[in-house]
Amino acid sequence: MSRDSHDPPSEARRRFVLGTGALGASLGAIDALGAPKDAGNNALAPEATHRVRFRLNGETRELALDPRVTLLDALRERLRMTGTKKGCDRGQCGACTVLVDGRRVNSCLTLAVTLEGKEVTTIEGLSRGGAAHPAQVAFLERDAFQCGYCTPGQIMSCVALVDEYRHGMPSYVSRDVRPGAAIALTDDEIRERMSGNICRCGAYVNIVAAVRDVAGGGKA
Amino acid sequence: MRSFEYTSARSVDEALAGIGPDAKFLAGGTNLVDLMKGDVEKPARLVDISALPLTDIAATPAGGVRIGAMVRNSDCASHPLIRERYPLLSQALLAGASPQLRNMASTGGNLMQRTRCYYFYDTAFDRCNKRVPGSGCAALEGYNRIHAILGASNQCVATHPSDMAVALAALDAMVEVLGRSGARRIPATQFHRLPGDTPHLDTNIEPDELIVAVELPPNGFAQRSHYLKVRDRASYAFALVSVAAALEMDGNTVRTARIAMGGVAHKPWRAMEAESALVGRRLDAAAIERAADASVSGARPLHDNAFKVALAKRSVARALEVAGGAA
Repeated sequence: MSRDSHDPPSEARRRFVLGTGALGASLGAIDALGAPKDAGNNALAPEATHRVRFRLNGETRELALDPRVTLLDALRERLRMTGTKKGCDRGQCGACTVLVDGRRVNSCLTLAVTLEGKEVTTIEGLSRGGAAHPAQVAFLERDAFQCGYCTPGQIMSCVALVDEYRHGMPSYVSRDVRPGAAIALTDDEIRERMSGNICRCGAYVNIVAAVRDVAGGGKA
Repeated sequence: MRSFEYTSARSVDEALAGIGPDAKFLAGGTNLVDLMKGDVEKPARLVDISALPLTDIAATPAGGVRIGAMVRNSDCASHPLIRERYPLLSQALLAGASPQLRNMASTGGNLMQRTRCYYFYDTAFDRCNKRVPGSGCAALEGYNRIHAILGASNQCVATHPSDMAVALAALDAMVEVLGRSGARRIPATQFHRLPGDTPHLDTNIEPDELIVAVELPPNGFAQRSHYLKVRDRASYAFALVSVAAALEMDGNTVRTARIAMGGVAHKPWRAMEAESALVGRRLDAAAIERAADASVSGARPLHDNAFKVALAKRSVARALEVAGGAA
């Protein structure tokens, strides 16, 4: 079992980035526990009062946390897993999408203390044996991004979408939600099922194509 | 976010024992955690109920279905019993939020979510009777495009944001709650309140009561129902107007009708006058138009939301046409 021992190759770069002026200043309001310091109310200094143990990409992790810390902040600030992105931090954009027990959720609205015994999968956990996941390949092949910031969340949603569809889950645009009614994964269905992930660059056309490739390719 | 104590309840009894002044139940957290980030909700303690064994969907002896309060919205929407007997509820759930949020949000939590009135949600605004009782209503003379056209008061013009609750109102669901003094059942149509002069109270549940289940009675609407949601974008937005419509027919004649609307009032709005206007009639254009007119009976639009009156009528007409198989 490892605790806070993750040491990605980008650690040196990350230390550099955190130490530089502009970013350093904007991150200055975030302490090591990921809870904002808010002098204007009754916020106490964050206290690591709660222990939580969960599996992250197949490895057991244990953290001591202030209960305010979200899964998103725990991933990025404590576990140094920065593939999961913070967009709106309010459940409106989907950039922070991860899988908990195989289901996609917004990690920005998930308190980390609630994850005892759960299995968390992030973008870092998709590849197998060094090979990119088919969804990652499809996004590259379809050029399904511009700036790339929303991409990890888009890919996590794509992976979950394919799983949901194969389990027969209907959507709001399905003509008939009653059991037994066939649901074709049309582009309208893909757009509806990807609607929890906003792309400010507007790469939607290629994102839909990438999802179509993954869902139709039978290899996700 | 302000600091709070956190406990995880392992049983319903433990959850009830843990609740009290300044404490809140935490289920999916999709609304509560968001409101805590915005300093709108400031609980001193969270009692996490997400591990409670309230996750079953089961047929009742009466022929209905009982949904545990911790059933996630996506699981409810895709459950075979719900899709078969209450496709209207599946559709309404699938119309709400995003796939990620539906995976988190619970049945009980969906009922307890707060309004998305901008003046409630943003503490930069001083006046909100719902957030700070007695402070006034900034929406009344502010920008009130998304606000209520029915049942509002001069204290509050907020709307209830749920899609699920609109379907539950149409389907005559019962909400089962449990408190230290025992259990009781509240009709879904009476679970949420009109604002009156107490707009800080969204619902008729007591602060120390816990929703344990929602029960749907048997009905004959599975073949003819439709949930229509009209919003500013194609998906992932709250309703400007939504309509849950359900019909039972004898040939071309309406035997029973249910019409509930979302996005128009402080609670899911059952349009009983419109339902009555349909019963015993052929479902033709004239009957649909009469029902649509009746659905907005008593509407009092504000400065920016008069469009909702026409939109509600057209949405009711469209939902009835689709439910009845004419569209």
